Amino acid sequence: MAHMEYNVPSERWPAHPETATMEGKNKFVGFWIFLAGETALFASLFATYLALKDSVPSDDHLLAADLFALPLAFVMTMFLLTSSLTSVYAVYHMRNNNFAKMQLWLGITVLLGLGFLALEIYEFIEYTHLGHTFRSSAFGSAFYFLLGTHGFHVVIGLVWITLLIIRNAKRGLSVYTAAKVNTAALYWHFIDVVWVFIFTIVYLLGVL
Amino acid sequence: MASTAKKQGVGSVLWDYLTTVDHKKIAILYLIAGGFFFVLGGIEAMLIRIQLAVPNNDFLSAGLFNEVITMHGTTMIFLAAMPLLFAFMNATVPLQIGARDVAFPFLNALGVWLFIFGGIFLNLSWFLGGAPDAGWTSYASLSIASAGHGIDFYALGLQITGAGTLISGINFVTTIINMRAPGMTYMRMPLMTWTTLVASVLIVFAFPPLTIGIFLLMFDRMFGSSFFLVETGGNTIIWEHLFWIFGHPEVYILILPAFGIFSEIFSTFSRKRLFGYSAMVFATVLIGFFGFMVWAHHMFTVGLGPTANAIFAVATMAIAVPTGIKIFNWVATVWGGSIEFTTPMLYALAFIPSFTMGGVTGVMQAAAPADYQYHDSYFIVAHFHYVIVGGVVFGLLAGLHYYWPLMFGNMLSEKLGKITFVLFVIGFHTTFLIQHFLGLWGMPRRVFTYLDGQGYNTANIVSSIGALLMAIAVIILVINIIMTLAKNQRVGRDPWGDGRTLEWSLPLPVPYYNFAQTPLVRGLDAYWIEKKANNGKMMPAESLEDFHMPNNSFIPFVLSFGLFVAAFGALYFASGKEWAIDAVADLPQHPWALWVLILGLAITFGSMITRSLKDDLGYYVTKEEVLRDLEEEEQRREN
Repeated sequence: MAHMEYNVPSERWPAHPETATMEGKNKFVGFWIFLAGETALFASLFATYLALKDSVPSDDHLLAADLFALPLAFVMTMFLLTSSLTSVYAVYHMRNNNFAKMQLWLGITVLLGLGFLALEIYEFIEYTHLGHTFRSSAFGSAFYFLLGTHGFHVVIGLVWITLLIIRNAKRGLSVYTAAKVNTAALYWHFIDVVWVFIFTIVYLLGVL
Repeated sequence: MASTAKKQGVGSVLWDYLTTVDHKKIAILYLIAGGFFFVLGGIEAMLIRIQLAVPNNDFLSAGLFNEVITMHGTTMIFLAAMPLLFAFMNATVPLQIGARDVAFPFLNALGVWLFIFGGIFLNLSWFLGGAPDAGWTSYASLSIASAGHGIDFYALGLQITGAGTLISGINFVTTIINMRAPGMTYMRMPLMTWTTLVASVLIVFAFPPLTIGIFLLMFDRMFGSSFFLVETGGNTIIWEHLFWIFGHPEVYILILPAFGIFSEIFSTFSRKRLFGYSAMVFATVLIGFFGFMVWAHHMFTVGLGPTANAIFAVATMAIAVPTGIKIFNWVATVWGGSIEFTTPMLYALAFIPSFTMGGVTGVMQAAAPADYQYHDSYFIVAHFHYVIVGGVVFGLLAGLHYYWPLMFGNMLSEKLGKITFVLFVIGFHTTFLIQHFLGLWGMPRRVFTYLDGQGYNTANIVSSIGALLMAIAVIILVINIIMTLAKNQRVGRDPWGDGRTLEWSLPLPVPYYNFAQTPLVRGLDAYWIEKKANNGKMMPAESLEDFHMPNNSFIPFVLSFGLFVAAFGALYFASGKEWAIDAVADLPQHPWALWVLILGLAITFGSMITRSLKDDLGYYVTKEEVLRDLEEEEQRREN
């Protein structure tokens, strides 16, 4: 590859534009390895949560079974899982060199993510009113740290994808920008997978 | 930028290093900063040995002694050993696999600056109200109640350096997977590259648990959570688990690259192919894998129960098998070789018995019931210094002499090097061999003094004399370095004469683009093969063309500096807040702290946004420039 050409004409658009350049390949591998590290990070958080679940100083504190309700968790799960699906659509259109549709599906992904975030904030406020806070007990600390770290990842993901939409609006799709979109989509999927574990370990195990 | 480039001014050299993304210059940054912290940690070690030289000594107060041992351990592990290993990884790995740079040059620079600023932050605690004093393991039951900001400096400083380490780990894994030259298959990679790969994978999985552990500690001390506060349902054992899930792999993160350096040295100076190459690779991977299965052997006396203790005891003993494979393979490499006793080779030969002794005491402690006897005694101190000094530090000193010409284009004095070697090895065994017995006689570790008449006097003074010998050895090494740099006698390609791997096939100093043409690798010990088959000229894998290189950037420095500023804000923000732990809540309030925190984060996020919005497309090195460099090199060779 003598001179790098980012703007590939549409008839030569590669099947996998995200890994068509050396930088794209590096980004792809590097980001998977970063996600491996993130997995270890969340594993530590889950372990801490399980160790401190229902660990409260006195009987007047609410426990997991008193707090969690599956309907809300189900709606949140639907928001986030659907947003993962829409990000797949965005990547699908990116591979087909369809810039407008890619932007559209990325936008829908952001909206669904915002919906999830709003519900999570609502949930946290509710719990705080019930006396379940970050400082009320070790259970509270572990709960908010696990959920909060996930929520923080959601915020980062939303900012990231939004910036990509704005930033790419003018320059369009190239093998350079395709790699960026693909990396953000990978991250978004990872956040989703973590949520599946949160749903199982925190909510499902909590109400049982 | 050819080697004959005109002499640069001090300012432009400084700016070059502050903005560099070149792995060879980043290696030098790691070497300078790591070397500085190594000397600092060494001074702390000397203070410890002076205090313990005689009974009832009052050279250091008890509190200060706690701070000194904490900072000695923390500095040596995080700020000296790891960065120095990163120096050699950066200096060699891209060259060994035939790459022009690492996969993410920008992140490489970010990693080194995060480490440097984190290290400075941690050490500023000495001047700002006292250093951390809960030991390098900082067990929560101790550190939660520690007065003042010492522990907060530990937590925030390690968080910053840890981020840098994680970034570097990801970078090396990606580099080794993606950037290998044509023909450089996995099973043709030099052992240094293999051990870097496995150590980097360990970093990726081991550092996040530490990050979480430190977050829990920070939140408990500064933001009113109760992860470790038993009265509100917390549990301090969580810290021990998280710390050792990081801490045990950390030991292998340190020793594996040292194994890599030794493997290269044994093979080079025995003039033989490394014996049992594939077994060595297999053993490296296996050690990395087992490294995650054994953390609770640090916690045998916690009371996890006989089942847990038994499982972790067996897993720990199992690590001796792949390590034994390595020891025997090194011996077999040397066996029958045409041996040359250079300074690096001397360290490598001294490493085998020294490290094996550390390994044997390790297996002794792996027997959980016996460990109840050794636990928290000087026996443990002796054990881990035998593996860390006898393994890692010998490896670093060997690597320093071996790779010095590659990094600086001149040779360290062999004469002074051998004097350093003799003093250091004698000093090392004098210091630590006797500590095994001190431990068995009952001297606990981490005590600041001992009484007369307990039978510890002679052993302690012997140990302190040994430490003095090591200090003299390091001073001679520093003199050696200064003299070598001052004389600056240039050496050319393959200065040791027996280089086997790709990095020695390059002219010295190595051009900033490393390889004029990406080399074709035809087997293990790629350069050695071409020496035998092709008169020492590497075959190119591509025609001579323009190629792409990344631009220098000042952003990594600014971004890291922002976090450094923000850490001060976060630290003082908690002072005097009623929700913080008593030890922090009693401190005076600092209303400016919040603004410092915001300023620091603004600098960091501003740097990130700048990096993100300004596309860095790099530049092209032209064919003409490379041809000119090649001609100059040819002329120098003829002269």
